[in-house]
Amino acid sequence: MHSDPEAVKKSIRTYMMVGASLLVFTGITVAANALHLAVPAAVAVALIIATTKGSMVASIFMHLSHEKKWIYGALLLTVVGFIILMTVPIFTIMDHIGTPGQAVGVAAAPHAEH
Amino acid sequence: MNIPFTVEERPDTGLTNGKLGVWLFLASEVMLFGALFSTYIILRMGAVEWPHGELNVKLGAINTVILISSSVTMVMAWASLKLNDFGKHKLYLIATFVLSGIFLVNKYFEYADHFARGEGPWHSTFLAIYFTLTGLHGIHILGGMVVMLYFIGPGARLWKKNPEQFTNRIEITGLYWHFVDLVWIFLFPILYLL
Repeated sequence: MHSDPEAVKKSIRTYMMVGASLLVFTGITVAANALHLAVPAAVAVALIIATTKGSMVASIFMHLSHEKKWIYGALLLTVVGFIILMTVPIFTIMDHIGTPGQAVGVAAAPHAEH
Repeated sequence: MNIPFTVEERPDTGLTNGKLGVWLFLASEVMLFGALFSTYIILRMGAVEWPHGELNVKLGAINTVILISSSVTMVMAWASLKLNDFGKHKLYLIATFVLSGIFLVNKYFEYADHFARGEGPWHSTFLAIYFTLTGLHGIHILGGMVVMLYFIGPGARLWKKNPEQFTNRIEITGLYWHFVDLVWIFLFPILYLL
């Protein structure tokens, strides 16, 4: 983080540019939605833009681009925890126990004959 | 007894206690919202159909612009203090407060519109997760506004006594505020567009 006034003055220009870029990206997000893309493509586009915007906020406004290692360490643990949370839905989808037609060697047979 | 390391950095971490504290708090917040995003994915994947176009995209986009602008004014409030310009700082902090107020007013109109049509959280799975996520985010906005109001009012006296500590407090408030903005950046496309 900057402490001398000259460095802060330089940063102000960056803040304004990042702010403007975030607004442009918001416009792009809404415009992309108007294209009515297929759901997987729409999700990918929206999340890529949101991640780009989020990275800009974190690195510039929250000064993460030049922080101390203790903060990076804490955030690394958070990222690991966040990834685990995001994989929970995958395990939920993979879990077919109790789902009709998916039980091992029993009711699945009549469905498979067709 | 004075709280240690509010101005000077701790030799072992290289950070003030407040700054490390707020980052740890934000880490826990990531997990809180992460759990709800995960819930959203599970509900959506398990749903037979998912409503599209139920929310007012225009109002959502306006609120995104408002929150991004408030992040800019917040960081400018901190930068003004670094440049020793308290007058500009106050102006930017008031602007941030007003913008966050406008955000909540817009949200009120959105909520009121839903409730007028009988579409509360009980109406559908989508609206249940919508109200949960935006409601929790709204509470965070409200919390940020309370802190800002304190620094616009009685908390501002610290600037005269200890300007460096005051600047650190504004930086910490800013970190929280940018996080609230960051959460909305993901909420907007997920709830309004997809």
